[in-house]
Amino acid sequence: MSLLELESIRKCYADKVVLDDVDLRVDRSDVVCLIGSSGSGKSTLLRCVNLLEQLDDGVIRLDGREISDPLVDPREVRKRIGMVFQAYNLFPHLTVLDNCTLAPRRVHGVARRDAEARARDLLAQFGLSEHVDKHPDRLSGGQQQRAALVRALCTGPEILLLDEITAALDPELVGEVLTIVRGLAEAGTTMVIATHEMSFARDVATTVCFLDQGRILEQGPPAQLLTDPREERTRQFLGRVLPPKG
Amino acid sequence: MTETWSPSDRELERRRIRRRQRLQRVSTATAVTVVVLGLAGWGVTLTPGWDRFQETFLSWEDAKDSFPSIRHGFWLNVKLFLVCEVFILALGLAVALARQARSAWLAPVRVVAVVYTDVFRGIPTILLVLIMAFGVPALNLQGLTTDPYVWAGVALVLSYGAYVAEVFRSGIDSIHPSQVNSASALGLSRPQTLRFVVVPQAVRRVVPPLLNDFVSLQKDTALVAVAGVFDSMFAARDYASYNFNFTSYVVVAVFFVVMTVPLARYCDWLQRRWMERERAGAL
Repeated sequence: MSLLELESIRKCYADKVVLDDVDLRVDRSDVVCLIGSSGSGKSTLLRCVNLLEQLDDGVIRLDGREISDPLVDPREVRKRIGMVFQAYNLFPHLTVLDNCTLAPRRVHGVARRDAEARARDLLAQFGLSEHVDKHPDRLSGGQQQRAALVRALCTGPEILLLDEITAALDPELVGEVLTIVRGLAEAGTTMVIATHEMSFARDVATTVCFLDQGRILEQGPPAQLLTDPREERTRQFLGRVLPPKG
Repeated sequence: MTETWSPSDRELERRRIRRRQRLQRVSTATAVTVVVLGLAGWGVTLTPGWDRFQETFLSWEDAKDSFPSIRHGFWLNVKLFLVCEVFILALGLAVALARQARSAWLAPVRVVAVVYTDVFRGIPTILLVLIMAFGVPALNLQGLTTDPYVWAGVALVLSYGAYVAEVFRSGIDSIHPSQVNSASALGLSRPQTLRFVVVPQAVRRVVPPLLNDFVSLQKDTALVAVAGVFDSMFAARDYASYNFNFTSYVVVAVFFVVMTVPLARYCDWLQRRWMERERAGAL
């Protein structure tokens, strides 16, 4: 049984169809990369999985249980899913450490000492030891995004949703964030990643999905999809974003 | 794509469930409201003095009798409020901006602004009304009116101007420095930055607390009664002392409530419209 299953997902804003009949299966330790141009529905798809958006149709199952059911408490679902946003969305009034321990302490009922120990541990792993007690705005973009990753990981989520987490970073900082994500992938973390970094997708993804106008036009292993796509539209897109071979 | 889609059975079932949940919420809310208000109302009528209270505060006859003079006086309150509000907004914004001034030449302005807010926020409004309405005419200044109505209005402007200045200032301070940076980067001068970038955002942010101050001002226009101005409050007190019946006070209260509610709703509406326009799709 897949950890996460999406079946005929449909989502509209007013009369604009953003997701149209999307199917997706994510198994444990899978790393699924969503690629496609801006506005193709990648972010919306992630937001739907975390129940930040209400579906217009379709079913989402987590561990075989339907979570798109209105009778399911969304907070129970979100406890098991971690999410990182493009704009970091760290809380500016809290220190990095407090950002990371907020949910473990208030939502998961972890004792302050344990939560802080775990957060410090993860922050150290991600090279943020010296920034633990600073407020987020004092950090560089790359450091902020790493802190945001730690915040998401501190609750021990079963799935991590990453929404274009490197889109706001310069190329040098992109590297430091992606190295961490690569490490997570190797450690077997299940992830769904919306990204524009094709080479990263090729390296870490177990499956790559190409989204176009709210549909998954094709999906497959990165070696196949990124080098020899079936669809003409995918070929066009890759032609524009991949550096020319030479 | 859109035409061929029709909701699946699961979706239809979900909608039914959501509808049921909504209905449940609405009916719970209604039931709780009715019970709580019902109990409160019932509790009041059980008080030993309820009959007397009804006679002296809720007499229909007295309400009708006092209505015309209160309405007449209330017009004075409305005029005072409308005029004062304009001056208060201007004064408050000017003082808030004066405190933002960075130029060395404007240092005295900054000091005056700080002293002004400290002093006038500290004086009880009713004292300020008395001092201005009786004190200024006593100075026998040539060419200035001695009308207590005008000076009471000036007192309100000075008092509320200090509050509103602080509200504006907190709004200005809440705008992220990156906004100032990007305005500077475009070559805007500091006054231009404030005028075109910071203040418009700050004003939107402080509409709710501003409204709060204005509702308060609307009520405090009744303070001019202490200076002998024949406003609605004065009319009500007049009626009460002649007829030994306090219903006129309730009538004034209703007048004030009726005036403040539409303003609150208008501001809510305005804020929602701004939010929809600026946050549309930006999540």
